[in-house]
Amino acid sequence: MIEILVNGKPVRVAFGTTVAAAILMAGEVVFRRSVRGEARGPLCGIGICFECCVTIDGLPNQRSCQVPCRDGAEVVTAC
Amino acid sequence: MKDSLACEIVVVGAGPAGLAAACTAAGRTRSVAIVDGNTAPGGQIWRGEVRMPGIDRARISQVRLLSDTLVVDCPGDHSLLAVQGDRAVEIRYEKLILATGARERFLPFPGWTLPTVVGTGGLQAIVKGGMRIAGKRVVIAGSGPLLLAVAAYLCRQGARIAMIAEQAPRSAVFRFARTVARSPRKLLQSISLMQSLTGTPYRTGCWPIEAVEGAVTLSRGGKTWSEPCDYLACGFGLVPNTELAALLGCVLQDGFVAVDTCQQTTQPGVFCAGEPTGIGGVEPAIVEGRIAGYCATGRMDEAARLFPERDRGNRFRRALEEAFRLRPELAGLTGPDTIVCRCEDVTFARIAKHGNWRAIKLQTRCGMGPCQGRVCGPAVEFLLGIPPDSVRPPIFPVPVGLLSEDL
Ligand SMILES: Cc1cc2nc3c(=O)[nH]c(=O)nc-3n(C[C@H](O)[C@H](O)[C@H](O)COP(=O)(O)OP(=O)(O)OC[C@H]3O[C@@H](n4cnc5c(N)ncnc54)[C@H](O)[C@@H]3O)c2cc1C
Ligand code: FES
Repeated sequence: MIEILVNGKPVRVAFGTTVAAAILMAGEVVFRRSVRGEARGPLCGIGICFECCVTIDGLPNQRSCQVPCRDGAEVVTAC
Repeated sequence: MKDSLACEIVVVGAGPAGLAAACTAAGRTRSVAIVDGNTAPGGQIWRGEVRMPGIDRARISQVRLLSDTLVVDCPGDHSLLAVQGDRAVEIRYEKLILATGARERFLPFPGWTLPTVVGTGGLQAIVKGGMRIAGKRVVIAGSGPLLLAVAAYLCRQGARIAMIAEQAPRSAVFRFARTVARSPRKLLQSISLMQSLTGTPYRTGCWPIEAVEGAVTLSRGGKTWSEPCDYLACGFGLVPNTELAALLGCVLQDGFVAVDTCQQTTQPGVFCAGEPTGIGGVEPAIVEGRIAGYCATGRMDEAARLFPERDRGNRFRRALEEAFRLRPELAGLTGPDTIVCRCEDVTFARIAKHGNWRAIKLQTRCGMGPCQGRVCGPAVEFLLGIPPDSVRPPIFPVPVGLLSEDL
C-alpha cells in the first residue's frame, strides 16, 4: 500500500492505483471547475477529455486518470 | 536536447492491433518499436493486464516499448515527434504502423457534464485504475456491446447495475445477436457475459434524457421515469482516433482510415490496423495488426492466409454498425442551453448558429480547448452534420517548455 494526500487528507491505496481513482476513494467529487465554474469530474478515463485535471505535487492541469499514485504525492482538486 | 530513436518498424499504439503488428513484425526484424500513450501496454481492453489472448508474449520482449509516450506530430519525412513526460523524443522509421484505437462517443443532454456522469469505458477504466465500485448503484446507458462488457465487469467488481439502457431498437439488437451467434467463440463469450448479468434489466429502445444529482431520467416508448443511481455511465458507440493518420496525409473515407488489402494507407509505407479502419473490437484489430506486421516486413503470402479471417471481421464490423446506428431522435436531447463543448463551456444555441468548423471555432472557441475537439467534434457532427475540422499539430497539448526549442 502507498499513501497520498488528497486536499491534505491521507488516502491509502494499492500500488498502481491512478490518482483519479484515489481522489474518488477520498470521497471527493469535484476534480476541476470549468470556465463557467461548473463542477467537473472524469469522463473518458483514457486521457483525452481533460475533465479530470488536478494539481499533482504543485504541477497544475495533470490528467489524474493517466497518472499512477506515487507514495507521498500531494494532490489538490478544485473545491 | 531531445532524445531520438530510429527503428525499421515503428508502431503507434500498444492495444491489441499494435501489439499483434509489432509481434508479427518482430518475427522478421529485430528493429521494432511500439510507442504508446498509456502507462502499460494492452490498449483499452487489456489496460496493462497480464492476460492478452492472441498475443505472442515471448515476442513482445523483442520489441522496444515506449510507454507513457504520446506521438504529437510528424515534422518530417519518416519521422515522428513524441512527448514523454517533459521530454521530447524524435522517432525515425522506415515503415510506420498506426494502431491508435478508438474513443467513446458522448452525446450532450441536460446534466451530462455532472461529475457523476462518466463514460461507460471511462468508468471501467477508473475502476481498473483502483477505484472501489462495490455497493454503488450504476445505470449504464448509450449504445453498443461495450455497455454489456462494462456492465459485466462492474458487476464482478460488486457494483449494483440498476439498468442497461440501449438506444437501438430490440429488432436490430436481436438481428445482431443472431449474426454473432454464427461464430461459436463469440457465442460463448456472449453467453458468459449474459450469465454474469443475470437479473440485470437490459432495455432496448431506451435512452437517458436528463441527469441530475443522484438520478437519471430515462425514456422508452414515450414513457419517462427517474432511475436513482450513484453513477450514470454513458457512451454512444466508439469514434476512431484518426488524427495522426490525417496529419500524415492519409486519406480518410467516411471517417475511417482508408487501407488496401495489405492494410497500407494511401501514404506508401504507412500502415493502419484496428479501430481506426473500422469499429469491431479486439478480434478484427488483432487480425489486421498481424496482416500489417507481415506486409510491412514484406511477407505478403503469410498475410494472405489471414484474409478470410479479416473478411469475417469486416462482416462483423458492418453488422455492428447496422445494429447500433444512432437514432435521429437522440439529437433532440441537446437543448439550446446544453453545453456541447466542455472545455470552453459553449452551449448548443451558440454553436448551432454557424455552418462550419472555422466559424464555430472563431466565434465560440468550441473545439479550441485541451481536448482539441475529441469530445465535442463527434457530437457536433451528429447534431449538425458538420464533418470534423482539419487536424493541426501538435495533436495533443504539450508541456509549455517543450514548445519553443524542441517542437
Ligand atoms: C474506454 C474504452 C474501453 C473499452 N473497453 C473494452 C472492453 O472492456 N472490452 C472490449 O471488448 N472492448 C473494449 N473497448 C473497445 C476497444 O476499442 C477494442 O476492444 C480494442 O481494444 C481495440 O484495439 P485497438 O488496438 O484497435 O485499439 P486500442 O485498444 O484503443 O489501443 C490504441 C492505443 O493507442 C494509443 N494511442 C493512440 N493515439 C496515440 C498517440 N498519438 N501516441 C501514442 N499512443 C497513442 C492509445 O493510448 C492506446 O493504448 C473499449 C474502448 C474504449 C474506448
Ligand atoms: S477522464 Fe478524460 S482525461 Fe482523464
